[in-house]
Amino acid sequence: MAKKRVMFTFPPDLVTEPVIYHLAQQFRVVTNIRRADVAEDRGWVVLEVEGKEEDIDKGLEWVATKGVRVDPVGGDVVEG
Amino acid sequence: MSFARSLRCRQCKREYPLEPLFVCEFCFGSLEVVYDYKAISQNLTRESIAAGPKNIWRYRALLPVEDEPINMDAGFTPLFHAHNLGRALGLERIYIKNDCMNPTWSFKDRVVAVAASKAREFGFQAVACASTGNLANSVSAHAARAGMRAFIFVPHDLEQGKILGSAIYGPTLVAVRGNYDQVNRLCSELAERFPWAFVNINIRPYYAEGSKTLAYEVAEQLGWQAPDAVVVPVASGSLLTKVWKGMHELSQLGIIGKVGSRLFAGQAQGCSPVATAFETGKPVRPVKPDTIAKSLAIGNPADGFFVLNILQECGGRAVAVSDDEIVDGMKLLAETEGVFAETAGGVTVASLKRLAAQGTIKPDELTVAIITASGLKTIEAVQEKVAPPITVDPTVASFEQEVGERAFWTPPLKDTGRTDRG
Repeated sequence: MAKKRVMFTFPPDLVTEPVIYHLAQQFRVVTNIRRADVAEDRGWVVLEVEGKEEDIDKGLEWVATKGVRVDPVGGDVVEG
Repeated sequence: MSFARSLRCRQCKREYPLEPLFVCEFCFGSLEVVYDYKAISQNLTRESIAAGPKNIWRYRALLPVEDEPINMDAGFTPLFHAHNLGRALGLERIYIKNDCMNPTWSFKDRVVAVAASKAREFGFQAVACASTGNLANSVSAHAARAGMRAFIFVPHDLEQGKILGSAIYGPTLVAVRGNYDQVNRLCSELAERFPWAFVNINIRPYYAEGSKTLAYEVAEQLGWQAPDAVVVPVASGSLLTKVWKGMHELSQLGIIGKVGSRLFAGQAQGCSPVATAFETGKPVRPVKPDTIAKSLAIGNPADGFFVLNILQECGGRAVAVSDDEIVDGMKLLAETEGVFAETAGGVTVASLKRLAAQGTIKPDELTVAIITASGLKTIEAVQEKVAPPITVDPTVASFEQEVGERAFWTPPLKDTGRTDRG
């Protein structure tokens, strides 16, 4: 089993959608939220996703196609 | 010896041993080095610092390195009173901290010197980074000096000039076919799989500490005082937070008095998540960068939240400047002070110009502008913006005809400025 730590940033129109629930259901991964800040018009969630590596990759790709930004937990690592 | 005591989560404050860790296992917050300041205060004085080497290692008591460091003489760069720039901007006490004068011509040598030293101490045989320029150059050079292997990840469409600046030192250079976000994710994953010290990932808490030396030097070169205002370019935000930490450490140790400095964050309009958050009062939202200031093009800044807290606490502010203003800033600094800075320096000068024009920075305030890297790294930003040479035949007649009146021009009397290096 693999684990990935990621940050989801939600655009206003997706704040009310159960994206993380669907990620877990559709891709057979376990999601574990560690920190979050969600308001009416914005939101971010830092979480760990555990499962088969292939499932995690497909799941995170699906989350990104929904319009949620997916980043490593430490922010951008490519520096100038 | 080092007085570093532990790593501490900047969010939930849990403590961890001094190991190659970068996020809190509990809340995934970032980690920071904490020190035994009581022990430092018994060992560190202005005199003991002044007796040290003329590089960042004179502040070794405040850095987390235990063994003999990898020393390329990073730091102790010039701080000078910029009379001509000050006259142009209406500022009487503006100082330039010129970090172009580092071994690989950028402030990254400060952070990489600490990160590479710590990596070697931890037993890593390879250092790595993902970078579009300055960081890659510095990691490659430090690895070469230390006899370590270097793995450098760059976007596949990076300009040849920037690749050359790292390739010359002989690292393993990997060009990643993918967009910026994909390169980010790949490198975060590689850091978990390979036994390398990724300087800004798994060694990040130590790496970031190197930036504090900029604050120490500014205070020392100003005669052991904190300036009234500091203008800092912001990418990840790490530099600004560490300049703040550095000044407060010196104050806490009694080496300088109370810190009343206001910090100002400069960003490019095409990548200004921190300035936007400051203006709107909302949290930092990631953006897709689109600016000529590539060294500041971090759309999802790890320390954005902490920068906002500091700006609020000190009464500073964040400024976003356009690409045209950045180029004008680069030219203004070069034409008034003879310093050719890269685009991030243009952001600093353009931000300073804006803050001075608004009256936010007052003419008599002791102000320091941080110039982080040399303009030779980003010549493409200005190559179309400077006057071309005048071409003449090899005869006096041709010279006089083409150059004309300009040959008899005499410059106005200018101050020479004072360099406080060493």
